[in-house]
Amino acid sequence: MSTTTTRAPGANTRGRTRFAQAVGIVAQREIMTQLRSKAFIISTIITLALVFGAVLFSSIGPQLFDEDTDVATTSELAPTLEQLDGVAVVPADSADAVRDAVRDGSVDAGVVAGDGPSGLVVIGDREAPSSLLQLLSITPDLELLDPNAPDPMLTYFIGLAFGLVFFMSAMTFGQTIANSVVEEKASRIVEIMLATVPARAILAGKVIGNSILAFGQILLIAAVVLLGGAITGSQLLLDGLGMPIVWFVVLFTVGFIMLAALYAAAAALVSRAEDLGSATSPLIMLIMIPYFLVIIFNNNPLALQIMSYVPFSSPVAVPMRVYLGTMEWWEPFLSLAILVVSTVLVIVFAAKVYERSLLKTGSAVKWKDALKA
Amino acid sequence: MLSIRSISRSFNGHRALNDVSFDVQNGLMTGFVGANGAGKTTTMRIILGVLTPSSGEVLVDDRPITADDRAQFGYMPEERGLYPKMKVHEQLVYLGRLHGLSSAHASTRAADLLEQLGLGERRDDKLESLSLGNQQRAQIAAALVHEPTALVLDEPFSGLDPMAVETTVEVLRDVARSGAPVLFSSHQLDLVERLCDSLVILAGGEVRAAGTREQIRSAHARPEWVLETDDAGFVRGIRGIEVIEFDGGHVRFTAPTDDDADRVLREAIERGTVRSFAPSIRPLTEIFQEVIR
Repeated sequence: MSTTTTRAPGANTRGRTRFAQAVGIVAQREIMTQLRSKAFIISTIITLALVFGAVLFSSIGPQLFDEDTDVATTSELAPTLEQLDGVAVVPADSADAVRDAVRDGSVDAGVVAGDGPSGLVVIGDREAPSSLLQLLSITPDLELLDPNAPDPMLTYFIGLAFGLVFFMSAMTFGQTIANSVVEEKASRIVEIMLATVPARAILAGKVIGNSILAFGQILLIAAVVLLGGAITGSQLLLDGLGMPIVWFVVLFTVGFIMLAALYAAAAALVSRAEDLGSATSPLIMLIMIPYFLVIIFNNNPLALQIMSYVPFSSPVAVPMRVYLGTMEWWEPFLSLAILVVSTVLVIVFAAKVYERSLLKTGSAVKWKDALKA
Repeated sequence: MLSIRSISRSFNGHRALNDVSFDVQNGLMTGFVGANGAGKTTTMRIILGVLTPSSGEVLVDDRPITADDRAQFGYMPEERGLYPKMKVHEQLVYLGRLHGLSSAHASTRAADLLEQLGLGERRDDKLESLSLGNQQRAQIAAALVHEPTALVLDEPFSGLDPMAVETTVEVLRDVARSGAPVLFSSHQLDLVERLCDSLVILAGGEVRAAGTREQIRSAHARPEWVLETDDAGFVRGIRGIEVIEFDGGHVRFTAPTDDDADRVLREAIERGTVRSFAPSIRPLTEIFQEVIR
């Protein structure tokens, strides 16, 4: 046996790729793969178009449907009704003719003389024509102590919008990262990669690459919302939603990194794309629960306050509370701090699971076993 | 030189490797043979650092292997691994960069290799659109793209047609000629016998034989000769000679030394016409069957 101490002549002196470099190369591949995917580009464009449409619609939509109510009435009541705004009078010969017109749907409602104190009977087909009733009623004066308080309906829709965007982006990119992990595991290319770069670099590259994509998409959505607001001159969007959107983007980005790491770890547990569904379903629950809770509790300050500190729901709850004006200036920062700390902890945990499950093929690895082994 | 020193590895209490030691010399093609489950893949994964051994170590030029060494190794895993939906050239560049090449260097190197392996025209096709044999070539290119200082290939020839085997062999020989150690596993013993300068036979997680072909032969079979003459009966009477096979004019025997065999030849010439006299070489297949038992 010879004891050569010199390196082989073919040896070169270049070292291994540095950790950061390897992360960059992996992240770059993740991003390029997505940007070249037609499905990704098309779905992004559709999402942006839908968001833009929704913003435009929210400001000009109501006017489109604001048409007059057709009301059939007898000739003696017609002059009175014609004075009302939003009512188009359709003359009828008799009370019965009015009823027929309502029944066959040629008018929305009818008004005939009656015996009650008002002297009128409003006729509807199946439901009370509430706008007409309101026009014909005397309402007491209303004094709002906080005239600037957000409209509850609007609050609900804003909660829904933040929740939906969070939910959809987290799901889409979470699945993307999970697919990419399983692809590498199933094709075993991960074995070649592990021989040259540490598992943590691969994980970090995937999480960073997909987070950049998710961040970019969210940023585009935010830009489209603000642009739409500027075009339609919506004060609500420009004044009220600016800060909430900024907080949403910041918290979403951190929250997404946490979810992405979890998705990668979950995907590393399985060896086949078919098993991905069951491995990632607990994560889908984690994303969906806060989404539903924010919608359900959008009028419950205490629930929102709690949720704004829980890492998984804070990206949705904090912007809601900022919008409602129920947050002290430091509270979003506290939420962010909690989210950052939990993200770091989750990444440590996910890296462990990922590292230890990558080479285990066959049936799905259990979380418990991945941590133990 | 790559040295495996006393490596053991257990999986869930089952001992997959037991005190495995062998060397892969620079510039030599070392064949790694053994039945399924003998521990070849586990050993290779340990060399590449993809698995950690329960005990023992891997040395490069007599010092413990580092991650930097491994990053310069070329590796082809048993279960082939490349991205099915990525273009061939592109993924070679990707792997080259992960191994520390610059983009430009990786790109030219990948293009050259694909050309050399006869895949030049398919460079921008997705891997999954290639035939299995061509996918295999791409896989070999992936192991070579970063100009590795050592090669570890798990079953590089399985699934290759004879033409592709020859191309691959040429490429591997080039690497060995450049002075790098080349270790490859195979269950095609005839191929290993033809290609390898040296071999390691593994069975049940243990090294049963290791060394050059000649070393293994001499260690596992006493040298044999075959003599063809008019009447070979006299051979039985010579001291120290053991006849294995006898049939009139044909005899196969073992002798303790070459001189003893020469004595047999001299006597045969004195007694009559020698039609043939030659050492009989036992095929490795036979030795293999014997040592893994």
